[in-house]
Amino acid sequence: MAVRDYLRERFFPHMWCPGCGHGTILGALLRAVESLGLKKSEMVMVSGIGCSSRISGYVDFHTLHTLHGRALAFATGVKLSRPEVKLMVPMGDGDALAIGGNHFIHAARRNIDMTAIVMNNRIYGMTGGQYSPLTGYGALATTAPYRNIDHGFDVVTLASAAGATFVARTTAYHVQQAKDILQKAIAHKGFSVVEILSQCPTYFGRKNRMGSAVDMLRWFKENTTKIGSKAKAENPDLIERGIFVEKQLPEYCSEYDKVLERAQSGGS
Amino acid sequence: MSDNVKFVQGNEACVEGALYAGLNFFAGYPITPSTEVAEALSSRLPQKGGKFIQMEDEIASICAIIGASLTGHKVMTATSGPGFSLMQEGLGYAIMAEIPCVIVNVQRGGPSTGNPTHVSQGDINQARWGTHGDHAVIALTASNHQDVFAITVDAFNLAETYRTPVVLLFDEVLGHMREKLTIPDPGQIPLVERLWTSVKEGVDYHPYLPREDGRLPMSDFGGVHRYNVTGLFHDMWGFPSADPGVVHGLLRHLVDKIYNNENAIARYKEYYMEDARTIFISYGSSARSALHVVEYLRPRGVPIGLLELQTLWPFPSRIVREKCADAQAVVVVEMNMGQILNEVKTAVDRPDSVYLANRIDGTLITPTDIRNILRVIQGKGV
Repeated sequence: MAVRDYLRERFFPHMWCPGCGHGTILGALLRAVESLGLKKSEMVMVSGIGCSSRISGYVDFHTLHTLHGRALAFATGVKLSRPEVKLMVPMGDGDALAIGGNHFIHAARRNIDMTAIVMNNRIYGMTGGQYSPLTGYGALATTAPYRNIDHGFDVVTLASAAGATFVARTTAYHVQQAKDILQKAIAHKGFSVVEILSQCPTYFGRKNRMGSAVDMLRWFKENTTKIGSKAKAENPDLIERGIFVEKQLPEYCSEYDKVLERAQSGGS
Repeated sequence: MSDNVKFVQGNEACVEGALYAGLNFFAGYPITPSTEVAEALSSRLPQKGGKFIQMEDEIASICAIIGASLTGHKVMTATSGPGFSLMQEGLGYAIMAEIPCVIVNVQRGGPSTGNPTHVSQGDINQARWGTHGDHAVIALTASNHQDVFAITVDAFNLAETYRTPVVLLFDEVLGHMREKLTIPDPGQIPLVERLWTSVKEGVDYHPYLPREDGRLPMSDFGGVHRYNVTGLFHDMWGFPSADPGVVHGLLRHLVDKIYNNENAIARYKEYYMEDARTIFISYGSSARSALHVVEYLRPRGVPIGLLELQTLWPFPSRIVREKCADAQAVVVVEMNMGQILNEVKTAVDRPDSVYLANRIDGTLITPTDIRNILRVIQGKGV
């Protein structure tokens, strides 16, 4: 199936700003789905609220556009009640980790089979540029006019500690890596977290004088490196890209089948 | 004693009713005084192949049941006080996206953490207006365990009929009191099953296009039809729209589908009402005390009756007005500061003859309390 066949073309042009990285992530995601040979009817996408969450309107899957921060909670209900579907949950950084932070760590802890994609542009874009839990210390935002004094989460460390069995990071510049990682994440049985750094030239970039979308993509290129690279050893400030965690642990829906067996055989 | 006769808590009667109605997915979070609902279902649901999940909070619980309802299951969550506050966001979503689900609120004292182990009926207006924006909601209650069972079955039936969340407003006394319950045989209480679309696979299905009778057939999410569901105002395909015509039409639909059926949704019971000049209006556990007073005074020649409301929302205004037309006094018996009182005053012809008999201290209102208040109303003093 051609990648464009996964799209609901009547909803284009999309609503993202010129230069936004989210469309690139959508492209990588659909290429990953296409490479896996998945059919539209076996894909469910559940999203929350924000720029990132509008991604669910553009894909011709079963799509559930929910409440701010709650996508993983809705997704848990969908997956547990219909385990055969392939479930992906794209979220923004504020969506996933501020209002949705509790749902995020608990979904990871349960190891329920779905792919959580954190489209991290370090800002609340939909509301016009307020600081998020991933904005980082010292950055500017419309609600941090004297610079942000909040420290950001490290999504990879957080997701790993919470129990996610697949954890990866890449950027909107590294599109081939994004596609490859998403492909593995979707194929992985268990809770997968993929953080993809995405540029927001309209708010984060403009506030923090990071230049154009191209300049921001160049920043991703120059400030990230492969996990364990020599460059990282020489410059610890570089952000590592790649797959940090990939392990097999009992998955929630499979475990629930055992609960059903025990309940029905009268055991415990 | 036969197998279908049980001696149970009200929370267990609710569980039995839900299972009878076909519940097969429950998500919840522990909270007093509703926890026994979750405990019982964690054991019972997997025995019949259903799913139980304890979520990280009440917000997640209502979101999870909405997701599971969409995939074609009968779903429920149960909570109390603060948990019901947290569920208001999800309740609004279920109203907007028209997702059948049942939300049990075993009421305790509030506001805030309040009085967790004691009775109250303080969440009546929260059930009506707790979530933001204009909307309609169905809320039901009952006063004894046989009725808790039956009204729980009814809640599932109404949720499917109107594609809407239904709130069950029980209270701590009902939830924890033990009483006899006879489980009806299968088929004895009719069940309303999911109305599935007749649209075939591969044919365009409109999740929000009502049939001529106003009902919206569903297609299991993740199944043969792909569509979108959103909490935004949306068109018949389920896609977001801010078109004024779409917004107006959807909001009218959401409210009218409930309010145009006020009488069909109204459940109530009448005791000694035929010649009553003094009428108690009550519901939930306080209706038990009110009935006790009626049965004490009737043999003493007092023309008094009880109208027990089981449907609280939409408030059965027309029925209350008609039943109270000849009453000299209407006394609303409830355990709050007059939440149903105000509805009754609005409904009847002579609001100045409507009085409140209440108790708000976490203690079940007693027949003596009610008789004392009645004497004060009658100018006799206590």
